[in-house]
Amino acid sequence: MDALANAPDILSATAENTRHREWRLPRRAVSWLQVLPLTAILVVLFALPTLLFLVVSFFDYDRTGIYPAFLLDSYREIFTSASTLRVYGSTLKFAAIVWAITLFLGFNIAYFLIFHVRNPKIRIIFFLLCAIPFFTSAIIRTMAWIPFLGRSGVFNQAVMGLGFTSQPLSFLLFSDFSVVIAYVHLYTLLMIGPIANSLSKIDRSLVEAARDAGASRWQIMAHVIIPLSKTGIALGSILVITQVMGDYFVVRQMSGGQSASIVSALSVEIQAMQYPPAAANAIVLVVIVALMVGCLLRIVDVRKELMK
Amino acid sequence: MARVPVAENPIDARPWTFYALGFLFTLYLLFLYGPMLVIYALSFQGANGGVTFPIVEPSLEWFRDVWRPGQMANIPAAFWRSVTLAGVVSLVTVVISVAAGLAYRRPFPGAAIVFYLAVSSLVMPSLLVGFGIGLGFQFFGLQPDLFTSALGAQLTWTLPFGLLTMFAVINRFNRSWEEAATDLGASPLQRLRYVTLPILLPGILGVALSAFTLSYDEYARTTLTIGARNTLPLEIYALISSQTTPMLFALGTLTTAVSFLLIAVALFVVLRMQRRREWTSRI
Repeated sequence: MDALANAPDILSATAENTRHREWRLPRRAVSWLQVLPLTAILVVLFALPTLLFLVVSFFDYDRTGIYPAFLLDSYREIFTSASTLRVYGSTLKFAAIVWAITLFLGFNIAYFLIFHVRNPKIRIIFFLLCAIPFFTSAIIRTMAWIPFLGRSGVFNQAVMGLGFTSQPLSFLLFSDFSVVIAYVHLYTLLMIGPIANSLSKIDRSLVEAARDAGASRWQIMAHVIIPLSKTGIALGSILVITQVMGDYFVVRQMSGGQSASIVSALSVEIQAMQYPPAAANAIVLVVIVALMVGCLLRIVDVRKELMK
Repeated sequence: MARVPVAENPIDARPWTFYALGFLFTLYLLFLYGPMLVIYALSFQGANGGVTFPIVEPSLEWFRDVWRPGQMANIPAAFWRSVTLAGVVSLVTVVISVAAGLAYRRPFPGAAIVFYLAVSSLVMPSLLVGFGIGLGFQFFGLQPDLFTSALGAQLTWTLPFGLLTMFAVINRFNRSWEEAATDLGASPLQRLRYVTLPILLPGILGVALSAFTLSYDEYARTTLTIGARNTLPLEIYALISSQTTPMLFALGTLTTAVSFLLIAVALFVVLRMQRRREWTSRI
């Protein structure tokens, strides 16, 4: 494995030694060779399949198979069916709510870990504490809320035991509330990580300079720290939003079958072998996600920031 | 809000925000671990107990149940399949994303295209990747299987993650260390062996570990590309759609215990490497 991993670097090393003779082309070629495997895999396994379902979304179909055609019926169905539009609306609503909550939690926790925790060892332990539940299967972590929030669950028993209420609270489980809780539980770490990475790169002397110049704590936050952590905020937002938009089973499990997400509705179509409408749904979802990510990437040039 | 007396005592003065955020962090940890603790406890449920409290006659029954091939699911077989697949994914991801990461140390034509290809692959709703690959396999009349379509579907997820991690790793890498090695007469191979790789190693371990975890836990990309032999998450999903038993919780407890162990080992290795480096640099 090592030998394979090293091969490209040996190439680059050799290329650098010969740079006096013909340095321009070889160095470029080395970079190309180094990204070639990645590019090949992503083209074959990501770009081409995406094109394939773009093509299939225009196909005709019946109970036995799909037939090449150029029909817009599948798309028309999406935009005229009230139930499909409702599913899109509810997924977008969840994405917005979860994004707001994870951004608030993620930023404040990352800020606490980077700026307030001064002992590096304790900081690593705190980070690990945040990360460890992430290693448990997302399915099990979602299911874990059921004995916690259920009518006879731990939370209700505690609340009733303390005398706050005599009836078990039934809105806790199999509701929009429990869906949001499960999402926040699953995805806050995706916000903490990138934001903490950005915050840790901020030069402390900038903060001190602002303080010396008489800036208040809020001014420092608004004019120094938040602008400098834009990259992390954008990256974390991208990760959280795309996870919620592409969610498959959290809504299904935690809403108790009452509502569906775009992807779980789509998977029902796939199981029924209705590939063209599923593909059309997929394309619409991809366009929505691409627009969201595109907006976030416009706010901040993630690539330039990452390479800095 | 009083100004912190910076000049006198910049270290010890804790602003009120420290306590507010510390409180928030504590609440978050409670939120994070609350339901987890419940499932850890419930995994010791007795044979006749259900998936909620109270615990009837605590036992290790459900841990034994995990290892018993059942009618609905064969957890041990699925577990080994998942571990093997995750191992292969992790290996391939390390090799390919380290190579690609090294390419990005200098500008090259097409760098932006490859980068956005990777980002698109990362943000693509997971099930759709599997859907596309599954369609492609059907199109060519191929049978989906563990080490073909499923492996491929997972790589579209772990490779971009690996690439982004490598960016962070390489950012912290100072090229003058390599130049110094060359100036001191190191051959390219020696430079790689004794300078570049040792410095990048913790980052590479990070890539390997995260690729392993992402693959081990992957569900949505795999479900339409797996073929006949399920991985562990798929097997778990099949279980919960039929009936939930405390066995699921026992599995969660085991997973957490194993992750703790893995993290401890990784931490130990990294710390030891650092100590050895400090030691050699002192000489």
